[in-house]
Amino acid sequence: MTPNVKYKAVFILIVILACIYALVGYPTFPTSIAQVKDNFSKEIKLGLDLQGGTHLILQVQVQEAIAQETDQTVDRLTTQLRAKNITYDEVRRVDDTHIAIRNLDPKGLDDFRNLINAQYANFWDLSPTAGDQAGYTLTLRQGAIAQIQENTMSQSLETIERRINALGLTEPTIQLHGRKDNEILVQLPGEGDPTRAKQVIQAGGQLELKLVRDPAVYTSQADFMQKHGGVLPAGTELVPGRAPRTATGAAADAEVWYLLDRAPIVTGRDLRSATENRSTTNPGQYQVNFALSADAAKRFGPFTEGHLHEQMAIVLEKSVYSAPVINGRIDDSGEIEGSFSQDTAHDLALVLRAGALPASIKYLEERTVGPSLGADSIRHGVQASVLSLLVVMIFMLVYYRISGANAVLALILNLVILLAALAVFGAVLTLPGIAGVILTIGMGVDSNVLVFERIREELRNGKSAASAVQAGFDKAFLTIIDTHVTTVVSAFFLFLFGTGPIRGFAITLTIGLIANVFTAIYVSKTIFQYHLSKMDRQAELSI
Amino acid sequence: MFRALYSFRVENPKPGTKPNPLESKEGKHSGMIELFKQPNIDWMGKAKFFFALSLLLLIAGWTSVFLKGGPAHGGLPYSIDFKGGTNVDVRFAQAPNVDQLRSALSAQGLVGNEIQAISDTAIPGAKANEVVISLEQKGQADQALDTSKSQVLAALNAIYGQSNSSRPDFNAATPNSLTAFLTQRDPLLLSTNAGDRYQQLAKNILQYRDKDAGGVLTNLEDVTKVPGVTPAVVSSLKEGYALGPFTIRNVEIVGPKVGAELRLQAVYVTLYALAGMLVYIAFRFEWVYGAAAVLAVFHDVLITLGFFSLLHFEISLTVIAALLTLVGYSMNDTIVIFDRIRENNRLLRRESFADVVNKSINQTLSRTILTSGLTFLTVLVLFLMGGQVLRAFSFALVVGIVVGTYSSFGIAAPLVVAWVNWRGQGQAVGAGPAAGSKPRGSEGASGRLAPAGRRS
Repeated sequence: MTPNVKYKAVFILIVILACIYALVGYPTFPTSIAQVKDNFSKEIKLGLDLQGGTHLILQVQVQEAIAQETDQTVDRLTTQLRAKNITYDEVRRVDDTHIAIRNLDPKGLDDFRNLINAQYANFWDLSPTAGDQAGYTLTLRQGAIAQIQENTMSQSLETIERRINALGLTEPTIQLHGRKDNEILVQLPGEGDPTRAKQVIQAGGQLELKLVRDPAVYTSQADFMQKHGGVLPAGTELVPGRAPRTATGAAADAEVWYLLDRAPIVTGRDLRSATENRSTTNPGQYQVNFALSADAAKRFGPFTEGHLHEQMAIVLEKSVYSAPVINGRIDDSGEIEGSFSQDTAHDLALVLRAGALPASIKYLEERTVGPSLGADSIRHGVQASVLSLLVVMIFMLVYYRISGANAVLALILNLVILLAALAVFGAVLTLPGIAGVILTIGMGVDSNVLVFERIREELRNGKSAASAVQAGFDKAFLTIIDTHVTTVVSAFFLFLFGTGPIRGFAITLTIGLIANVFTAIYVSKTIFQYHLSKMDRQAELSI
Repeated sequence: MFRALYSFRVENPKPGTKPNPLESKEGKHSGMIELFKQPNIDWMGKAKFFFALSLLLLIAGWTSVFLKGGPAHGGLPYSIDFKGGTNVDVRFAQAPNVDQLRSALSAQGLVGNEIQAISDTAIPGAKANEVVISLEQKGQADQALDTSKSQVLAALNAIYGQSNSSRPDFNAATPNSLTAFLTQRDPLLLSTNAGDRYQQLAKNILQYRDKDAGGVLTNLEDVTKVPGVTPAVVSSLKEGYALGPFTIRNVEIVGPKVGAELRLQAVYVTLYALAGMLVYIAFRFEWVYGAAAVLAVFHDVLITLGFFSLLHFEISLTVIAALLTLVGYSMNDTIVIFDRIRENNRLLRRESFADVVNKSINQTLSRTILTSGLTFLTVLVLFLMGGQVLRAFSFALVVGIVVGTYSSFGIAAPLVVAWVNWRGQGQAVGAGPAAGSKPRGSEGASGRLAPAGRRS
């Protein structure tokens, strides 16, 4: 053995050992076959399609958070203009990203500009309203929209994560999904029934406390419109809810509509804690008590004092749970009454504690793979892969004889490296990933065949074994590089623009191809060199 | 012996071809098994036949696509991934009464649904005891995504009365719930020494249920076949669990927008990948090689899709992965031949370009047949043994590998030759300075395309 070959062999051996260690060597170094198996199944994570479980894709209605920001701005601006004695006719929300101020008193214009510049300029652009001399329009900046979107998404992600984790499932995955930046992927391995998880994710998205603008309730939106000439007063909205217990005329379970301020006084974000308790007014029922953060309490105290004997609606997920009358100043606590059982009160408190979602969500996709289907897929997939690998290997051995053994070694090593890389990167093996493995095996076989056929050609041309091997590898090298780079280039695009399964395919494929260049060229050539160094110069190469 | 069986020689070599300079040294390497010794096939002479064949395949497949409503409206059988809707895959302990199921479903307000009976061949002797209930996406935007699923479950419960039993369904037990149950019951009387014994036992029992019994146990006594299960374990299972008459194997619900988006995305991703390959091959060879290779691969994808329409295999996201695999595979095959053309182009300067291409294909023929044959075998095994989930996926590969191999010599190479011949003639007429504008020497003038890259 020449020193060169010796170094190469040592290097290859190190790679093999490292890969085997990555596959079965940890978390605990195995001392029995069972532990090896155990480690292996821990290292190679199976996708939901193979393992069984639930996969949900949900979309966060980011637009709502933007609309909410606009509402709150209208509210804040109104208060501040009043405080500064700047008179105007109306501050109105035009759409989700525009606010119109009508007929601003020119005397207050400088104060108004200063106020906008000092407190609103980072989010809003001020411009005169076209066609209205004393009118101004505030436009939400693109950067601000992006920031709200980002905050909404990260907050939604965190909230959902906290809620799911509170359920105590095994290894849930919660992550942003897709390229549109408003989708979230939730994967619950081994979970066959997503009902509870979905309830917890969706439940109590938003808690809002809003002032009731009209003590009367309406049986429908049309009912309100009829009674009030078909227009909603500025800054209000109609929200459905259950009829209050004291209401006469409506049946206890009927749906009624409340006229509420659009801007909430307090939202779920302002909560400090939430607990379920026995109801103080309805024995046998439960209620949820909550406490507000110090910051929110500072706003809430004066507000309740200023609106004594008015009603305040507790709105959960766009539905009025109750609308109690404010009987005195409330600083930092409140309660949600409803016909809760202990369980439902508990789940609601859990959700409120985990934090409210900044915007509501909508499900786009729900997939549940039962454990038996996943097991079927694995069994069939593994059986088929093993059988086809065997066929390929036997063929290589028969057709290329001793050199075939070389190819078989290279193939096995390729698979080991591929699996080890998947383990190290924490990648998940899915069905499309198996497609990537198949293409890898195909190209692995191809690389070997290319080299061997080339060597045979050189032998036919009368070259000696050693120079035929050298020439064979040299000439096949360019071809192998070209085919591999082309495929990696396409895998790169798949990774860049694809989602989910297509990305899995791209990752597996890229790793496999890199491993293949190593095994089919470097390892295989080293084995040939070793073989050649051992054999007689005039002897025939078994290929 | 092998040689006698497997080697063949084309008897009528093209008149005028020179003797092969790579003449074999017979006898020295007598042990070699070879598929083709010295093939000498005039591939380019058959180019018209190949083009006709491809056209025929394309027309056959895409006539089917358009007769069935065009690619967007049912002509390509999209799976739920791309069209949206609800699929519920249910396996029953006994073969279900499909008529009864249908009426129960319509009682839930599900009309116009489609129930497909599926027999599962994986379990020997099993009857058709599995159905996939596929439901169209409903129009109402505000409806909860899983409305149809709840309706299906309600219909199943209406027939089989699963909710009557107060005990939980063993066929729906998860490893966690079963472990908790066993630990609490402690049938092996391990008390505090249990460790992870019950966890292991639960895993084994469920493995038996899912793998050996196909997901639905009909008799809890069967569990005794699992190692470590004692009669005490069985009797506590019997006390704690009921056996539901069916199990939900798979539920897929995809919203309507998602389907359309995914479809668009799959098309774009494939086009981007093709463009990337085009650029790389254009850089390594010449742009005409890139264009020919990409056209050939595109042709493969179209033909494979045509087969999906003809034979009504569903196109899912997984099938897209398979199509991408075939793109990679076919491209690989084409490049191997192009590479040889590039090399031979340098060596055999006096031969016509078509002859060089023929020679290159012939020289790589045994490699082509070997690789394709082996890969084909691999996916054929997958197709035959891979089970229902892998069927459409491996079908794409089975078709794709045949078509992809064929297109390398049948489409890609003839396209390059056609281009070179056409350009050569054009230049002869125009006697253009174009030949001199690039440092291509005499080859440019004679219409020979010299690929970029290493040149000696």
